[in-house]
Amino acid sequence: MLLSLEWLNEFVNTDGIEPKAYCDRMTDTGSKVEGYEILGCDIKNVVVGRIEKITRHPNADKLQICMLNVGKEELVQIVTGAQNVFEGAIVPVALAPADLPGGVKIKAGKLRGEASNGMLCSIAELGLTLHDMPTAIEDGILIIDEPCEIGQDIHDALKLSDTVVEFEITPNRPDCLSMIGLARESAASFTRELRLHTPTVKGGCGNAEDYISVEVKNDVLCPRYTARVVKNVKIAPSPLWMRARLRAMGVRPINNIVDITNYVMLEYGQPMHAFDYACLDGSHIIVREAVEGEAFKSLDDIDHTLKAGMLVIADENKPVALAGVMGGANSEIKDSTTTVVFESANFMGSSVRVTSRALGMRTESSGRFEKGLDPENTMAAVDRACELVELLGAGEVCDGVIDVYGGKKKPTVLPLDADKINRFLGVELSREYMEDIFRTLGFGVADGMVFVPSYRADVECMQDLAEEVLRIYGYNTIKATPFVAGVKPGRLTAKQSYEQAMKAALCSVGYSEICTFSFISPKYYDKINMPAEDARRTSVVITNPLGEDTSVMRTTLMPSMLEVLAHNDSHHGDGAALYEIARVYIPDEDKTKLPAEPRRIAIGMYGKGDFYALKGVCETILTESGIKGASYKACTSNSLFHPGRCAEIWADGKLLGTMGELHPDVAENYGFDCRVYIADLDHETLFELSSTERHYTALPKYPAVTRDFAFVCDEALEVGAIEDVMTRAGGKLVVGIKLFDVYRGAQIPEGKKSVALSVSLRADDRTLTDEEADKCAKKILTAIENELGLKLRA
Amino acid sequence: MKQMLECIKQNALEQLASLSGEASELEALKVRYLGKKGELTAVLRGMGKLTPEERPVIGQMANEVREIIEAAIEEKAAELKEKARAAKLAAERLDVTMPADMKELGHRHPLAQVERDLCDIFLSMGFDVVEGPEVEYDYYNFQALNIPENHPARDTQDTFYITENILLRSQTSPVQVRTMEQQRPPIRIVSPGRVYRSDAVDATHSPVFHQLEGLVVDKGITMGDLKGMLETFAKNMFGSSTKLRFRPHHFPFTEPSAEVDVSCFVCGGEGCRLCKGEGWIEILGAGMVHPNVLKGCNIDPDEYSGFAFGLGIERIAMIKYGIDDMRLLYENDMRFLSQF
Repeated sequence: MLLSLEWLNEFVNTDGIEPKAYCDRMTDTGSKVEGYEILGCDIKNVVVGRIEKITRHPNADKLQICMLNVGKEELVQIVTGAQNVFEGAIVPVALAPADLPGGVKIKAGKLRGEASNGMLCSIAELGLTLHDMPTAIEDGILIIDEPCEIGQDIHDALKLSDTVVEFEITPNRPDCLSMIGLARESAASFTRELRLHTPTVKGGCGNAEDYISVEVKNDVLCPRYTARVVKNVKIAPSPLWMRARLRAMGVRPINNIVDITNYVMLEYGQPMHAFDYACLDGSHIIVREAVEGEAFKSLDDIDHTLKAGMLVIADENKPVALAGVMGGANSEIKDSTTTVVFESANFMGSSVRVTSRALGMRTESSGRFEKGLDPENTMAAVDRACELVELLGAGEVCDGVIDVYGGKKKPTVLPLDADKINRFLGVELSREYMEDIFRTLGFGVADGMVFVPSYRADVECMQDLAEEVLRIYGYNTIKATPFVAGVKPGRLTAKQSYEQAMKAALCSVGYSEICTFSFISPKYYDKINMPAEDARRTSVVITNPLGEDTSVMRTTLMPSMLEVLAHNDSHHGDGAALYEIARVYIPDEDKTKLPAEPRRIAIGMYGKGDFYALKGVCETILTESGIKGASYKACTSNSLFHPGRCAEIWADGKLLGTMGELHPDVAENYGFDCRVYIADLDHETLFELSSTERHYTALPKYPAVTRDFAFVCDEALEVGAIEDVMTRAGGKLVVGIKLFDVYRGAQIPEGKKSVALSVSLRADDRTLTDEEADKCAKKILTAIENELGLKLRA
Repeated sequence: MKQMLECIKQNALEQLASLSGEASELEALKVRYLGKKGELTAVLRGMGKLTPEERPVIGQMANEVREIIEAAIEEKAAELKEKARAAKLAAERLDVTMPADMKELGHRHPLAQVERDLCDIFLSMGFDVVEGPEVEYDYYNFQALNIPENHPARDTQDTFYITENILLRSQTSPVQVRTMEQQRPPIRIVSPGRVYRSDAVDATHSPVFHQLEGLVVDKGITMGDLKGMLETFAKNMFGSSTKLRFRPHHFPFTEPSAEVDVSCFVCGGEGCRLCKGEGWIEILGAGMVHPNVLKGCNIDPDEYSGFAFGLGIERIAMIKYGIDDMRLLYENDMRFLSQF
């Protein structure tokens, strides 16, 4: 919302308040200022002049020499190329040195040998348009036909000076989307008098009721409809003062009737509409809901198809306006309009909002209505419009006002409990002080009660009253009370702590955390080769996504991780080791229920190691989780992974996740030309099986002895199987098994490998003798031979 | 004999002095003079031929010579060791400017770091960290927060919908309501997490972003308490000289409501590029919990009052680390991540 300070001064005297101070205080009292602009400050040394004499330029056919009276003793000579000048014309004269908008500097000089001590200005050179100066021409000097004095500064003559403040008004204060509303706030903020004006209309030209009747079919959607009729309308430009104010407020002047509706909307915050009476069939206005599919062309010449329930203003045959949103092209004010119906109505905010959103039409009017306007405002606004008609001589106003109004809403009355307000805010203010604040804001105060004015529908309870007091008193004036931490310390839940611990562990092994969007493209499931029957293809679907790329809530973190790895791969050659702990969204079969949002751990890496490096990271997670006895089972059937390089991690009969090398097909989909390693772990199950308990085990008192074994076995035999047999056969003396070599090649037959392991043996209570160790080693060998058919390599 | 001893001493010392090389030469020298078959031993063996008068004199002299030679050898040994050590050290000189063999640690994402910093501060102030669903009922995201259907406040938060009643939460505030439904006052929680609004991605917008919401409900909580708590928080987060500025604002679920600025921690309020010359940086929204919200959770607003506040984690991260484009946070380029 823009605010002209020049206009504001009609209601509140702001003398002595600098613009910056004005803005700061208004922000402090709740009307947030975005900034302010001083209009006309880019124009300097431009005055009104009269062309006394024109002579032809001796050296140039297209130039003329003008002698100008600028209110000084001597005439000023200026050479101009414009052809629309004549002797006696009143024109804007930039007297060198002068400044014009756009950083233009006017200096004295000679044009083809003749002195020129300035420039005559066109509207564009003054930063104006034909809307601002309707009688001007675009390609010529502005011939001023407004009353003014020779030598007068052009700012004063054309009303170019103003300071415009831009407010960001919160949706609860539609009353502040008006001059009067902001004037009230200004008066209260600076403790100055608010001078409001009551419009008076002479009328005396027939009676409105003889011209028009109004029928409201739905008084919930239209609580009030007020209208007046103006006859013998003479469409013309509105006067300079009105055009200047509209211009300052960012509204384009059109003609006197349209300008009046805009002017009143800005002044009162009440959107107005003017119909051409001749276009209203049956002299009957019906406020009704649209019929499904009804056609309507708005006055910006766009065709709309209306939905049932949208509120329209109609005559007997057709809609003529979309209530509270925009008028229709069929009843628009034209130059030929002679009789005008002014509408000043109140429409239900949510209805206007739904209609304007459904049709994609956001207007000054709908923006005000949807916040909920005061039905009490319609009468003053329509009277003000008619008063302006008379003031401008734009037509003759009929007596009588059509006013369909179900009746005043009961005003809100709240007890003024000063103690309670003080306790709530943590201040000590006197009751009288509070009462004064309410009065300056237009509230009534009597008998310990506060009477909320109708334009303040946002004030409903004690807390609202407290805010009124506080914002005038000053948010920054109240004292902060020291915040005392309670006896109970704050703490993370076990699960939150677990998540933090996992993140710390992953960082400590060189993996960096990423953060990716929770929604993905459904095509990503194809991109990771997810089988068609995979349940994870059923996602929570966003009905109004920004685009297909972000249209479903992910059921797996893998696509996001792969996208990030691919981004890194294509942008630098350093490799990447990354993780993300985030939620996935698993829809409930019952669509009215919320989806489950379990967390998963995604790990991804390329160029920083191999399968076993990633397995090491998984081991770190298991160790940090305190999960013992997890096993890795080769998995050949997961379409995301290399069939020969994938393991499922199991513990306690539960799947903790899957890890391995990315399937070459998927790697190709993402454009990798290197091997990529990923793990998809179940944070929930990991947490469930995790344990933070740690127990001390006495350090070994006796040394361990080692026995090394080497076997030649089939390529397919897993080392894990050998280790399992060793552990079982060796019993509790076995304290560690370490694989130290896997060999293929010379001396080893094709399809076989040699596996060498070192087994550590130790007893808690004695030093093992060689005999004991050998006995144990023998047991191990026997078991390996019996169970796996392997013999010690010679 | 005397002469022989003198001669041995002389020779030994001379040879020692001229010895420059290895420890092995020194050892050979030692054997040559002091060894069992050494020259000195040979002289001593010849002592039997001496007269009893001569014997102690020569004996003493021989011992002196031995001591002198021994001392000289020891000295030489030390000298040689010293020399050898110096040579070794010199040979082992490293170019300390060559690149380090660093064990690279992983990096926490800047958003996660800020979130953790915030949570740590609030944990120390007795807040618990509570989480809630991101796919949420309209009721919790809007209605229970005093934002009925078709309320204009919904416009400021263009929301993603799943069904008519289920949406992606546009704020972390629904966690307030869920907490108050389940827990009686006193309540002191913060709730960080992802929120969603249908803003196209650009340098300052993202359809996914993070907020942290705080809620305190108890008997006799005042607006002054809100200020005090936020001041404590801001001093912890932005430095002990941080000041706060409150500006009246409107949120449907708090009354009174405020936008809160902190004094710029770069220029201290003088005005700089970060604060756009204002000296203040808008950091959070706050207010006293609206009685309608309390009532909706069966908490009597006449008995209890409370305050709530919310802040954007991206905004703080961007200010804190000087990140000028929000997209960097979600692109996850290693060259970006490794800076934090």
